[in-house]
Amino acid sequence: MYKKGIEDMKKLLVLLMSVLCVLSLCACSNNSSSGSDSTPADSGNPSAMKIGGSGPLTGGAAIYGIDVRNAAQLAVDEINAAEGYDFFELKFEDDEADPEKSPAAYGVLKDWGMQVSLFTVTSGAGAAVAPDYDADYIFAITPSGSNTALVYSDSTNYKTNFQVCFTDPNQGTGSADYISGHALGSKVAVIYRNDDAYSTSIYETFMAEAAVKGLDVVYEGTFIESDTDFSTQLQAAEAAGADVVFLPIYYAPAAQILTQANNIGYAPVFFGVDGMDGILGLEGFDVALAEGVYLLTPFAADATDDATVHFVTAFEAAYGSTPTQFAADAYDTVYAIYQAAKTAGVNGDSDPTAITDAMIAQFTSMTFEGLTGTATWAENGEVSKSPKAVIITDGVYVSAE
Amino acid sequence: MENVVNAFKKIFDKKHRGRTVSYLIVFAAYILCEVMMLTGNMTSQIRNLLIPCCSYIVASLALNLCVGFSGELSLGHAGFLGVGAFSGAVISGLLVDTIPSGVVRLILAMLVAAALNALLGFLIGIPVLKLQGDYLAIVTLAFCQIIKSLINNIYLGYDNNGIQFSFVENKLALGEGAHTLISGPMGVTGSQRISNFTVGIVLIIIALVIIYNMMYSRNGRAIMAARDNRIAALSVGINVTDTKMLAFVISAALTGAAGALYGLSFSSLSPAKFDFNLSILILVYVVLGGLGNVTGTIIATVILYVLPEMLRSLQDYRMLIYAVILIAIMLITNNQKFIVLSNQFSEKMRNLFKKKGAENHE
Repeated sequence: MYKKGIEDMKKLLVLLMSVLCVLSLCACSNNSSSGSDSTPADSGNPSAMKIGGSGPLTGGAAIYGIDVRNAAQLAVDEINAAEGYDFFELKFEDDEADPEKSPAAYGVLKDWGMQVSLFTVTSGAGAAVAPDYDADYIFAITPSGSNTALVYSDSTNYKTNFQVCFTDPNQGTGSADYISGHALGSKVAVIYRNDDAYSTSIYETFMAEAAVKGLDVVYEGTFIESDTDFSTQLQAAEAAGADVVFLPIYYAPAAQILTQANNIGYAPVFFGVDGMDGILGLEGFDVALAEGVYLLTPFAADATDDATVHFVTAFEAAYGSTPTQFAADAYDTVYAIYQAAKTAGVNGDSDPTAITDAMIAQFTSMTFEGLTGTATWAENGEVSKSPKAVIITDGVYVSAE
Repeated sequence: MENVVNAFKKIFDKKHRGRTVSYLIVFAAYILCEVMMLTGNMTSQIRNLLIPCCSYIVASLALNLCVGFSGELSLGHAGFLGVGAFSGAVISGLLVDTIPSGVVRLILAMLVAAALNALLGFLIGIPVLKLQGDYLAIVTLAFCQIIKSLINNIYLGYDNNGIQFSFVENKLALGEGAHTLISGPMGVTGSQRISNFTVGIVLIIIALVIIYNMMYSRNGRAIMAARDNRIAALSVGINVTDTKMLAFVISAALTGAAGALYGLSFSSLSPAKFDFNLSILILVYVVLGGLGNVTGTIIATVILYVLPEMLRSLQDYRMLIYAVILIAIMLITNNQKFIVLSNQFSEKMRNLFKKKGAENHE
């Protein structure tokens, strides 16, 4: 009886071993096939320029990473189709939005021979590899990492690193300017998440700009990651007489705040930033509550200009979901790299240093027209484009200019 | 010649075999990695994993000392790791101009982190280790949360005029020669990566020396006696609180040193990393490696840390397969038939070894 059990066990082990062998063979063949792709084709076309990138494809932030990967792939496919040969080749690795995992993902991309990079989707993961791109001299441009730590720190400017989205400080300043410029209210309350780098850095610059513009900030409330009850903050804001509530936070807690404000009958003007984007698609949220909410966002999926309509249609056809601003930023990023590469005349066969040199020179001098607005870049890698304010009317974004 | 053979036999006898195997594995891994690095066969991916892996090995060894040997469950080792990482980063950041040598700063940072953690471990231990039951688990769980919240609210930096510190709100106004050390929820950014693999291996060796020497000493036997039967231990005059305190403080200090090594191997560090999940992750390494089993802990940590990276070719199915493998390991290693089989296997190996040894002796 026991003997038989051991025999079974042995069989199981053999089976396991063979499965492992097959898996490793698969891995090897994957490698070799990607290797052969990179050899120049006989047709005389240059080999594809290798674009790397990492983002969360698993875990809590996966929705952002997957959107960025899909949109970047869409842009690469469109460009390759238009060129008639493989101009770009994309490899996108999972970093779980974790600063501990992004160096490993960076290692994989470097081993693969990445020539240009989409950097990382999230700020924390990006800050961990920012010095690597600079040290290895690979051009990196993040579609959505909004913290300035990605492009420079105190005294060091990472000369290879650029951003496509607004930086957090820009959003804070932009929001304060908009609120004072359009006289949305006389007394402002701020509710922000003080264990989150995104939220605190927007809050800090908002407060600095509010002081300059003479905005009367009557209440500052904080909460942390897992909080779901905001009645204390809302009641305090109401008691302080705030008629504008600034919410530099993501859409999930913002939805809770809107619902709970409605419950206590408090109806100020709510003003959000790009993290508010997505609130209309949140399951179980009554969209009517978001009526009249202002937010700063570079992209609205229901805009009617040709470029947006084309992108949204193609994205929905390919992946079955409506693209977020993350997707739009990623799409723009690939096209910006394309524009720079075409103007400078570099391709996959160029010397890696020449590619990086050309990219830096182009990005600091060119103007790029994309889905998310007209962009130029400063020497330090920050983008300069004007934040667009929209107001939610009848469940859709309407330009608030 | 006789002496050499005897010495050889001694380090492989029943009492010392486990210890020898642990050291041999670490040395072999070090030599292998160094050779691969020198010959250029190591991929950038693996190279970036080496130092964090060393930190995790030391942290899980330290946790095993606490959970496996002294029998006290700690769920706060992520907190100790966090304190180590951030204090290490601050020390290194402060001394960056005074001590140019990275290795010296790293060792200094590890010493400070270890001392700070030993103190914290001692303070936690005073009330908690006098109690019986799972109080340490609850208190360390709270400790981990407190540490995370504290670091989330610290703003620390210095310029030519000196150090500036503010809590909860960022009131730093740094002038010329500004260096931001900790910036609230963003944590540490743009710090120099001064950790190196050799120091990591040396730290593992130090941890092994401490743990093994303690285990074979009077204190070690007292720790295990207090774990196995508290009343019996008390009746032979062992001060149970003190022995448990010794194990816990050493565990905290080692985790602190591991934290400094970890923190200084990245250019950015966020407090959100050091949450409850990280504590559980280290506990998983320890439990799968075997409570009280040092070699097992090292092997389990390496395999479980490297596995998700090795599964990258599976792309979207990576984490799914990782979870399946974890469950499979848990089921197989607890399977009675497998245990019988593996015992038979090790018996065979031992016989083979004995035969060879006998031949050599003749």
